[in-house]
Amino acid sequence: MLRILGKIQRIGVITEAAPTDLEPALTQIGARVKARVGELFAGSLAIRQVDAGSCNGCELEIQALANPYYGVERFGVHFVASPRHADMLLVTGPVSRHMEEALRRAYDCTPNPKLVLAVGECGATGGEFGVNYASCGAVANVIPVDGVVRGCPPTPLDLLRGILEAIDGAGVKPR
Amino acid sequence: MTADAFDAFKQGLAAGGVAFEEVASNGLDPARVLRVNPEHWGQFAFEAKRRELRHAGLWADDGGGATFTIRALFEKQGRYLLAQADVEKGRPSLPSQSVHFPGADRLERHTRDLYGIVFTDHPDPRRWTRHQGWDDDEFPLRKDFPAAGFAHDRTPADHLYKFTAAHGSGVYEIPVGPIHAGVIEPGHFRFLAVGETVLNLEERLGYVHKGIEKIAEGRDADGLARLAARVSGDTTVGHAYAACVAMEKAAALAVPPRAVWLRAVMAERERVANHLGDIGAILNDVAFTFGFYQFSRLREQWQRASQSVFGHRFMMDRIVPGGVAVDIDQSQRQQMSADIHALRREMKTLMAIYDDAPSVEDRLVTTGHLDPTRARELGTLGYVARASGVDIDVRRDAPYPPYDRLAVKVPVYRYGDVAARLRVRAEEIAVSCELLEQLLERLPDGPVRASWRPPAAAEGLAIIEGWRGELMAYVRFDADGRIARYFPRDPSVFNWPALEHLIHDNIVPDFPVCNKSVNGSYSGSDL
Repeated sequence: MLRILGKIQRIGVITEAAPTDLEPALTQIGARVKARVGELFAGSLAIRQVDAGSCNGCELEIQALANPYYGVERFGVHFVASPRHADMLLVTGPVSRHMEEALRRAYDCTPNPKLVLAVGECGATGGEFGVNYASCGAVANVIPVDGVVRGCPPTPLDLLRGILEAIDGAGVKPR
Repeated sequence: MTADAFDAFKQGLAAGGVAFEEVASNGLDPARVLRVNPEHWGQFAFEAKRRELRHAGLWADDGGGATFTIRALFEKQGRYLLAQADVEKGRPSLPSQSVHFPGADRLERHTRDLYGIVFTDHPDPRRWTRHQGWDDDEFPLRKDFPAAGFAHDRTPADHLYKFTAAHGSGVYEIPVGPIHAGVIEPGHFRFLAVGETVLNLEERLGYVHKGIEKIAEGRDADGLARLAARVSGDTTVGHAYAACVAMEKAAALAVPPRAVWLRAVMAERERVANHLGDIGAILNDVAFTFGFYQFSRLREQWQRASQSVFGHRFMMDRIVPGGVAVDIDQSQRQQMSADIHALRREMKTLMAIYDDAPSVEDRLVTTGHLDPTRARELGTLGYVARASGVDIDVRRDAPYPPYDRLAVKVPVYRYGDVAARLRVRAEEIAVSCELLEQLLERLPDGPVRASWRPPAAAEGLAIIEGWRGELMAYVRFDADGRIARYFPRDPSVFNWPALEHLIHDNIVPDFPVCNKSVNGSYSGSDL
């Protein structure tokens, strides 16, 4: 236990330590996300992530949002286990034909008003896979999409920026 | 399998009534190739099993003629053997090998779904990769099937698949997925449980099948490398590495030494990043959040270093046909050496804390036990195999450059539980650190890319040790130097079935940690 406490003390709070030049951008974007989530979503934006056929590269970067460098929960952004609890679907692609119906159902289960953000080159355009016998390509080919985050895969910072743009541009009325 | 053992195996085959001939294997090196009478395909597997060969993959190919070619890869003591058989397109069938090698089950079903090749005595008649995306009389990997497929307005859910059922008082089913609760890939798990205890788990994958093998056809070498880099995002280096080596063997192209070494630097970096992430995630699944934050912190630092040195957090698209797309300078070399030093120190501290936490030990020791016999029987690979006493690692057993110039230590445990799989990963990080130090220190000078010349009608095979274990790629070029066939075999293919076994008698709430300890790639298996 002492070793754990020692380790915790020595590491300190790295989210504020600004170890690289990425950090100032993160802090600024994060502060704006937090402010907008506060205004538009009563302080809490619930996201349901759906992998609709991705190579799992995007998932790794979405997971990274939870590591102590980004720690997006501090900006009011939460990942939830059910689309029924979600304000936003974060969908990676390309949408495989075998995931098409599951994605539609997740979309239908998400209460209105909802936002859909298509993530990665494949989610945005179909990417390297495009449309073929097994792939529907872009997320927008299957469900309505409000915004895209480009990148292969997009970095955690790109993702956060994309989330901010989506909630900014969605025309959600402040509560 | 020494040359003598290989001869003994051939004699055994002849004595067992298997008709075969050895054929020249340009590009298929290190494998020796035997053409087998298709009627003796099952008998061949029986003899291979008897001689304790390991099944390492199975795929088919449509060369455009009157036959399909089926290939199966076997290994023993670092020697590879490729068996191939031709079957008539009119009635393509041959005996199954999964009767003798259960790990080949899904590869045979995949081959049947995509080529319409029937494995006559296959124990499981159900489809695997095909859901409802195309009809049961359509075979996407046949050359006469268009890559775009045939018009469908909407693909319905696959609700007709028959899962194993159980009846009796108190037995109930838990369907999970395809969309899972966390930020992970999609797939379906069907549990049969009594109380909290798992009676049976059945996996149903294929949800992220996106036509990788089909859309590889007709590409040039650069295009295939880009596609290979996206077979499984977490193995972007590994798959690109294997695909490029296979293409270079087909083209008989010599890669500059510096590029060969830089590829290994990237491969080891990928191994370290994924093992760090996995250890953190395993600890998270038993609510040891301290461990999760610490290891995910190390992983993030490692990825940022990859970004600064190689220009991408996963080093995606940095391995290209003929070499690598990026060179490193002296200061980057020093920076990486300093990072390795720091990581070693961190690992030492953190593993001491882990060893000191009885509540974590209580959750991981004996959990998800995979028996060494079962691990071998299924042909498991990588850390899953090595945590269950199977002492294999391509880097040591069948070393390819630059590993033929390096000593690779292989950590092996026999306990076969989640704790052992975590321990193997931790020790592999240490081994990778040592390798990285040597790779950086002895990095040859010179160019990092040879100019690519497409070969005509040639094939290549690459077998490397990805971070999940032995990974192979087969590539065939057509007469115009375009890709005619690409088959990547991710180690996950042989590790997924292990999860169905190691979960027996565990409690349902321990499934996430058991799954994470195996961490199979869905995308890498579904293709």
